[in-house]
Amino acid sequence: MSKPADPWHDFKSLTAARIALGRAGGSLPTRELLDFGLSQARARDAVLASFDADPLIEQLSSAGFETISLNSDASSREEYLRRPDLGRRLNSQSRDALASLNGPARDLCLIVSDGLSSHAAVHAGEVVTKLVSLLKGEGWSIAPVVIIPFSRVAIQDEVGERLKSAISLILLGERPGLGSPDSLGAYFVYGPRTGRTDADRNCISNIRPNGLPPAAAVMALHYLLNAARHRRISGINLKDERLLSASNPPILE
Amino acid sequence: MTRYCQTFGARTFVFDDMATVLSKASPRRSGDELAGLAATCDEERMAARFVLADVPLQTFLNEPIIPYDSDEVTRLICDTHSLAAFEPVQSLTVGELREWLLDYGTDTNRLTAMAPGLTPEMVAAVSKIMRNQDLILVASKCQVTSKFRNTLGLSGRLAVRIQPNHPTDDPAGIAASILDGLCYACGDAVIGVNPATDNVDNTIRLIQLIGDLIERFAIPTQSCVLAHVTTSLRAMERGAPVDLVFQSIAGTEGANKSFGINLKLLAEAQEAALTLRRGTVGDNVMYFETGQGSCLSAAANCGVDQQTLEARAYAVARHFKPLLVNSVVGFIGPEYLYDGKQIIRAGLEDHFCAKVLGVPMGCDVCYTNHSEADQDDMDTLLSLLGMAGCNFIMGVPGADDIMLNYQSTSFHDSHYLRQTLGLRPAPEFEEWLLRNGIIDAQLRLKPVSRGHRLLQ
Repeated sequence: MSKPADPWHDFKSLTAARIALGRAGGSLPTRELLDFGLSQARARDAVLASFDADPLIEQLSSAGFETISLNSDASSREEYLRRPDLGRRLNSQSRDALASLNGPARDLCLIVSDGLSSHAAVHAGEVVTKLVSLLKGEGWSIAPVVIIPFSRVAIQDEVGERLKSAISLILLGERPGLGSPDSLGAYFVYGPRTGRTDADRNCISNIRPNGLPPAAAVMALHYLLNAARHRRISGINLKDERLLSASNPPILE
Repeated sequence: MTRYCQTFGARTFVFDDMATVLSKASPRRSGDELAGLAATCDEERMAARFVLADVPLQTFLNEPIIPYDSDEVTRLICDTHSLAAFEPVQSLTVGELREWLLDYGTDTNRLTAMAPGLTPEMVAAVSKIMRNQDLILVASKCQVTSKFRNTLGLSGRLAVRIQPNHPTDDPAGIAASILDGLCYACGDAVIGVNPATDNVDNTIRLIQLIGDLIERFAIPTQSCVLAHVTTSLRAMERGAPVDLVFQSIAGTEGANKSFGINLKLLAEAQEAALTLRRGTVGDNVMYFETGQGSCLSAAANCGVDQQTLEARAYAVARHFKPLLVNSVVGFIGPEYLYDGKQIIRAGLEDHFCAKVLGVPMGCDVCYTNHSEADQDDMDTLLSLLGMAGCNFIMGVPGADDIMLNYQSTSFHDSHYLRQTLGLRPAPEFEEWLLRNGIIDAQLRLKPVSRGHRLLQ
């Protein structure tokens, strides 16, 4: 039904970029046109799908985790997309709920959100359970897992501060790319408090089975969180020293 | 501070100052709503436009919208303004400037002579009372050329940047995308990669990779690694063969500070690149990217709407005589430009304002997957920018940037546009394409066999 790929299609093994697509005149072959449309449809669906947290809560409960469900100040998907400021703060009921907890100070709190991809949040369960079991073995005290739909990264400042956590970690769906509708991001900050900037945070990106697999992300987070706790810092001055020189890049696709 | 009023029948609208008039006159967009600067209803928006149309251009010289003492971009705008160039329009209002721009007698020569006499605020103001067709028509009359190893921006030409990004900067993966682009007759604007890792070693490695390809095949084009300006400076200190220095810029001192730059640093980088004397037909050595919303995103918008601030970024750009400037119009996301309609309008405004200010403007026609936009919207903007005489567009394999996770325009898209509007590549590059059997005399793509020398 469609024009063939270009004669240099063997180059496709070198990159995931859409090269050697072939052409009809100078335009896309029908097959490639539809394939692009399918990828974009999946990415859009990942953005617009509503976030069903129940399976995640169930997964975490059965692994022995306590969870708390809260809300940001963004009340709909459209408001969340238009008003990033609302996704950076808790609504008043959630703020009260955290205040009434009045738990002890902890080493770490974890937050999970759909962010910009509901499809990414499914990977959060595996990251949380594996990471926490590693850290608990090393004596970390950890707050209940907080689940907040429609969050932006900076909500970790307020939540971490109210939970009296030394470090606040958030896992949330990243802006979906065409080939990566389910990409999860992990951000943490040492000494969370309102007013922290992105320079204070560390980020691990592209967590998904065909990107940085969840198990590999857990190893990276485990290393960085221990370094942050030990050195009492996070952000631009905290780097993954194990990394991953240019001659040994992470395998992404 | 002057207050401005507009009365429609029983209803009077009052605007506290010029920044408020400009903000409220702007076509609706989510970024100005997020900033709390937008008109609250359509009638108020039109009231602001009526006010704006009657404002004498002289007002923008007398009352800077961001104070001279607190912002070096304002100082640059005021200190480099040419009263001699301004003279033909000095008695006009904003509304009369629109008519002057549309006049049959206003051609490229008059527009080129006028550019140093216009400030970004004047150009932003007039754009707010212009329809899309006005923005296209005036820009199409306004040719701005620039040169390094080829000539960009000539009338009837459309150049394409090959954007061969790769999530781990893998050299073989980047090279594969570059060769794909060359076989599709793209790459005359620049072969420019966004590095996934911004450090000096990696930047040098990528500059050498692209430079070697350009040299081996004697391609009349230029390379660029779109690293931070400080990275490029250090690469040049270490002897790297830098063609173009890249930097993202914005329209306020504060936003530029958040990018880690200032005017002095840009001047230093331009000077360093000029010293290398790597251009063959010209010495435009800078490449800038901009985009509406960047100042608000950096919490440095100074109470001014995003489109006016974007125009101020072009004053920064033109001071350094760039080869290439483009707005990355839909990259920033729906909180600044919500949907296809807003992205299309912003793309046309950016191109118009830059051209009239004398900037060699291209456009990254693009969107992210959380915006209400799709490839059809991009086709529309691409077509309109082609009509408007846009200097260059992006060529991303299959329109899908696998490193930056957004959709831009593809090599195929550039063919659509060149074919539909009869646009040709840059002349030196066109000659190279013909000589290498990539296009025929009708500018159609020829079949490139696996044995072609480019693919060895």
